[in-house]
Amino acid sequence: MKNVLATKRGIIGVGIAIGVLASLLQFWGNPANMGICVACFVRDITGALGLHRAPVVQYMRPEIIGFVLGSFVSAYIFKEFRPRLGSAPVVRFTLGFFAMIGALIFLGCPWRALLRLAGGDFNAILGLLGLAAGIWIGTMFLKSGYNLGSSHKTYTSAGWIFPIIMLVFLIIMLFNPMIAGESKSGIIFYSLEGPGSLHAPLIISLVIGLVIGVLAQRSRFCTMGAIRDLILFKQTHLFVGLISLAVAAFIMNLVLNQFNPGFANQPVAHTMHIWNFAGMVLAGLAFTLAGGCPGRQLFLSGEGDGDASVFVIGMIVGAAFAHNFGLASSGAGATTAGIVALSIGFISCLLIGFTMKENISGGI
Amino acid sequence: MSKIIDAKGLSCPQPVILTLNAIKKTTDGELIILVDTDTAKENVSRAASAQGWEAADIKPENDGYRITLRKEK
Repeated sequence: MKNVLATKRGIIGVGIAIGVLASLLQFWGNPANMGICVACFVRDITGALGLHRAPVVQYMRPEIIGFVLGSFVSAYIFKEFRPRLGSAPVVRFTLGFFAMIGALIFLGCPWRALLRLAGGDFNAILGLLGLAAGIWIGTMFLKSGYNLGSSHKTYTSAGWIFPIIMLVFLIIMLFNPMIAGESKSGIIFYSLEGPGSLHAPLIISLVIGLVIGVLAQRSRFCTMGAIRDLILFKQTHLFVGLISLAVAAFIMNLVLNQFNPGFANQPVAHTMHIWNFAGMVLAGLAFTLAGGCPGRQLFLSGEGDGDASVFVIGMIVGAAFAHNFGLASSGAGATTAGIVALSIGFISCLLIGFTMKENISGGI
Repeated sequence: MSKIIDAKGLSCPQPVILTLNAIKKTTDGELIILVDTDTAKENVSRAASAQGWEAADIKPENDGYRITLRKEK
């Protein structure tokens, strides 16, 4: 069967769908220029579980749950579920960890960088330039033989673990629903103010998450891959999807009156250009070394890739560290601790890139 | 006998890198690429066609695919 979504028209359609749905999610209640942000939403889930206690970013984001479960269902329907694992898990954990640190210094994943730009937040330009620079560094490593080695086939039940974790998160949320004015319901936390308190209705978030999960699994949508393939192979296939997302979100923002151009006073953003840039250099490098942007790692987790799941778990731990130790930026800007963590992240990713090479024609 | 490139289990974009390197080196008009995901299958076919090669045959094999690439005349 031909996979229509993996064609050029397909990837453009998926980009448009994600852009439109993200703007609508903002319209229905998600934070400004954050209709969807994989890094921020994984961070919010980390907070909902109490793994960090920053009271403004705690919410069990159903979009993330939907992404994984949508991809899982799609992979089963189209017979693409392939349980696999075993390619350098601790390295992928480390990359996920520092990808999150970098993203939280900029305040967004690549998806949100595009949505921020589409909403008129020009600080996102620095983030996107940083992302491209980080990916460019990553392609240098790829060209010189960087490779984390092969994964291998595993048990079906092993591929189910991450989707089941997401299902459990959903069940926890359904049994511990939000109570107006309460910061805790049963065992999970709910923000009363800040971005964590802003969200579309649960069912809308979940359904849109599921739809995007299916679309992205089928189309292999990946923002890092878009820029990487352009630099490495001069290939525009995924890149047109990325552009479609930004253009669609921009038009929807105009329609919904959500476009506010400028640098200052942008929602959940700061104007420290150097750190906006540097944060995303680190994130872009980590995504490239791991083979996918945060969204793509979720979709891969849904189709049975246990190594992608380890990357996401690294992101969760990274988010906990970021807020427990004051590494994440805020509207006031980057923090000194964040800059120290950023430096450690660069050293770690460069060491990974320089030392994990093999002769490309042989095996490990 | 065509050269066989085993790209099973490798993350993006390794299967494409291996394919392009093999295309550059080969003097033969045919290559066999082994992959284990649909994404890799699509990416390898797409990258090869951009180089003037075509995926002449794609067969399921051992939980993956055996892709036969041929240089277009």
